[in-house]
Amino acid sequence: MMVSPKTMKDSVVLQVRNLQVSYYTDAGRARALDGVDLTLCAGEKLGLVGESGSGKSTMALAMMRMIKPPGRIEGGQVIVDGTDLITIAEEEMLKARLSKIAYIPQGAMNSLNPVIRIGAQMMDAIKAHQDQSTSDWISGAEMEKRCKQALESVDLNTSVFKMYAHELSGGMKQRVCIAISILLRPKVIIADEPTSALDVVTQRQVMETIDRVQKQIGAAVILIGHDMGLMAQFVDKVAVMYAGRLMELSNVRDMFTDPKHPYAQALIRSLPNLENKGVFNGIPGMAPALLQLPGGCSFHPRCPHVMDICRMQRPEPTTLPGGRIVECYLYSTKA
Amino acid sequence: MADLLELKNVSKIYSRGLLTQVSTTALNNVSLRLDDAQPTIMTVAGESGSGKTTLAMLLLGFITPSSGQILYKGKDIHALRGEDRMLFRREVQAVFQDPFAVFNPFYTVDHLLSVPIDRFKLAKSKREAKDKMVEALTAVGLRPGDVLGRFPHQLSGGQRQRINVARALMLRPKLLVADEPVSMVDASLRANILETLRGLQKNYGVSIIYITHDLTTAYHVTKSIVVLYRGAVMEAGDVDTVIKSPQHPYTRLLIDSIPWPDINKRWGETEIKAREMELTEQGTGCRFYSRCPFAMDKCKQDPPLFRIHEHQAASCYLLEGHPVIAPENLSDLLPV
Repeated sequence: MMVSPKTMKDSVVLQVRNLQVSYYTDAGRARALDGVDLTLCAGEKLGLVGESGSGKSTMALAMMRMIKPPGRIEGGQVIVDGTDLITIAEEEMLKARLSKIAYIPQGAMNSLNPVIRIGAQMMDAIKAHQDQSTSDWISGAEMEKRCKQALESVDLNTSVFKMYAHELSGGMKQRVCIAISILLRPKVIIADEPTSALDVVTQRQVMETIDRVQKQIGAAVILIGHDMGLMAQFVDKVAVMYAGRLMELSNVRDMFTDPKHPYAQALIRSLPNLENKGVFNGIPGMAPALLQLPGGCSFHPRCPHVMDICRMQRPEPTTLPGGRIVECYLYSTKA
Repeated sequence: MADLLELKNVSKIYSRGLLTQVSTTALNNVSLRLDDAQPTIMTVAGESGSGKTTLAMLLLGFITPSSGQILYKGKDIHALRGEDRMLFRREVQAVFQDPFAVFNPFYTVDHLLSVPIDRFKLAKSKREAKDKMVEALTAVGLRPGDVLGRFPHQLSGGQRQRINVARALMLRPKLLVADEPVSMVDASLRANILETLRGLQKNYGVSIIYITHDLTTAYHVTKSIVVLYRGAVMEAGDVDTVIKSPQHPYTRLLIDSIPWPDINKRWGETEIKAREMELTEQGTGCRFYSRCPFAMDKCKQDPPLFRIHEHQAASCYLLEGHPVIAPENLSDLLPV
C-alpha cells in the first residue's frame, strides 16, 4: 500500500517534547539529554548527527523507552501517532515497539540469533504482537507470507527465510534487520548507524533499501550517525546534537550550504571533499564531559564567536526563516 | 635505489576442511615495492573480504605467504634472526583499527608507552624515557599533561588512536602499516589523525601503507592507490587520476558509491548487482565477473594489467589495446 505523498507530508507522526535523560554514576549525574524537542511528519527523513557522547544513541533509546539503569528518563514526552510513550504501561509499550516505533540498533546484524532460522525470528516478532481477541489475528501461513514479502522488499531471496544468520553476509544480515523492522508497518523507524560496519558499496545498497521501504509504508525515519556524507545523500532534515542539546535543526540543503550554529559550521568545514585536497579542518578542543558541563552554552569553550553571555546563560532555541531552529546567541534576539 | 620493502608475487590461500579442501584465495599474486629513499603514503583500498587486512598481516610478518616473498631491505622477513629481526620489529610499526581494543585497560598510558622503550632500550634513564614520551605525544598533537598518568578508558577514541601513533613514532619507524586507523573514530577527529599521519611522513620520513575502505580519506592523504577486490589488484595508480577518472568497472562502482558530503553530488545511478549469488570460490578469471555489468566471455580468463596512463593501470579486458605490464612492475607506475 502506497501512501500518497500529499497526505504523508501533513501528518505529524512523532513529537518529542523536552525529553530529559540522566545517567547516575558514582561520579555524579550525567545529563545525556537535556531538553530535546523534535517534530517529525510521516515520510520525513531526519538525520541526527553529533560526536560520540553527544546523546544521539541515548535519544534513540529514550524514544524506545529502553534506557536502562543507571539511566533514567526524567521528563518530557514522546508522542507517536497520538500516544505518549513515556506514560503508557510497560505492556502497552511492548506492543508499541515495532508496531508504532521500530529500532534498528548499531551493529544490528549481530543481534540475530545464531541458532534460530531467520524465518522463525521474523515470525516471533509478529507473534509477540498478536492479540487473539481482535480481528487482525493471522494464521501461521499468512505470517510466513508476510515475512517473505518483507524479505523481498529488502531485495533478499525468499530462501533466506530458511537460512541461519551465519549463512548471510553482513549487508544481507543488516537487510534482514530492516525487513524485521518494517514487518508491522511502524510509523517511525529509528536507525542507529545502520551501516557503520559495512563497506561503501554495501552501505549504499542498505541505505537505498531503507529509502525504498520507508516510502512504501510511509514511515518517518530517524537516521543516527556521524557520517555527514551519508546524511547528505539520504535525509531531508539534519539535527546537530552537542552535549545533549539540539544545536541546530535545518533542512539538509541549508545545513550543508549555510550552517548557522558555530558548531555546525565547524562540523561542515571539517568535511573532506574533492576540491580541497589535503586540507584538514578538525574541530579544536574536546567534547565536554557530561558530568561537568561548562556553564551557559556547552559549546562556549570551543566556540570562535564566544561572547560574555554565552558563559553565563544557556541560549534558548530561536526559529529562523525557513523553519530552521538554532540555539545560539548570535541569532537570538535576547542577546 | 634501495628498496625498503618488496612484495614479490605474494599470494595467501586459506584452506579449511580435512577431506573436502575448501580454499579461499585472500591475496592473489600481489607485488609492491616501497623505496627507502623516498618516503610515501600508499593506500590499499577495497571492501570487506578484499584481502586488505591479510596484506597488513603479511607485511607485519604475522602470517606467512602461501607463495612469493616479502623482503625487508632485501632480506626475507621470515628468515630474519637476531639483531635483524629486532630491527625489523622496531622499524615496521602498526596502527590498528580499533583504538578501544588495543590497550590493556589495567595500565596507564605511561606504562603502555614505556614498554617499547624498555624493549628496544631506547632510553638510558627514566628521565630520558619520559622526555621521549613527551616528545612523541607532542608530535601527534596531544598535550602530554592531558594523557600521561591516565588510564585508556579515561581517554577519547581519537586520543587513544593518537597515542597509538605516538607509540609507533617513538621507535622511529621506517614503515607504518595503518589498518583502517580512522574508521572507528568520530568524523570530526578523523581530520586530526590523518593530519598527524601526513606529518609523520613529511617530518619524520616514515613511509605509510594506509589500508582503508574509505576512499574519501584515501584521496586526501595519499599519493598512490591500489584497489583490491577479492585478493586481486583491480586498478592502481596516482590517487587523483584513479579517483577522478576510474577505469575499472569495480573502481567505478566503488567511487560511485562514496557518500560525498555534498548535496549537489548525489549517489550515481549505476545499478548495484547484489553479491548473494557469488559467495562460492571461483577458479580463474576476473574476480569481478559475476557482478560486472560489462562481463564478457573473455573475462573467464585472468585479465592482465593494462597500463592506461603513465600513472594508472587496470586489470580489465575493456582496456585491451593499452600496453600490458607485468604485475611485478606495478610499483613503477605508482608516484611517490
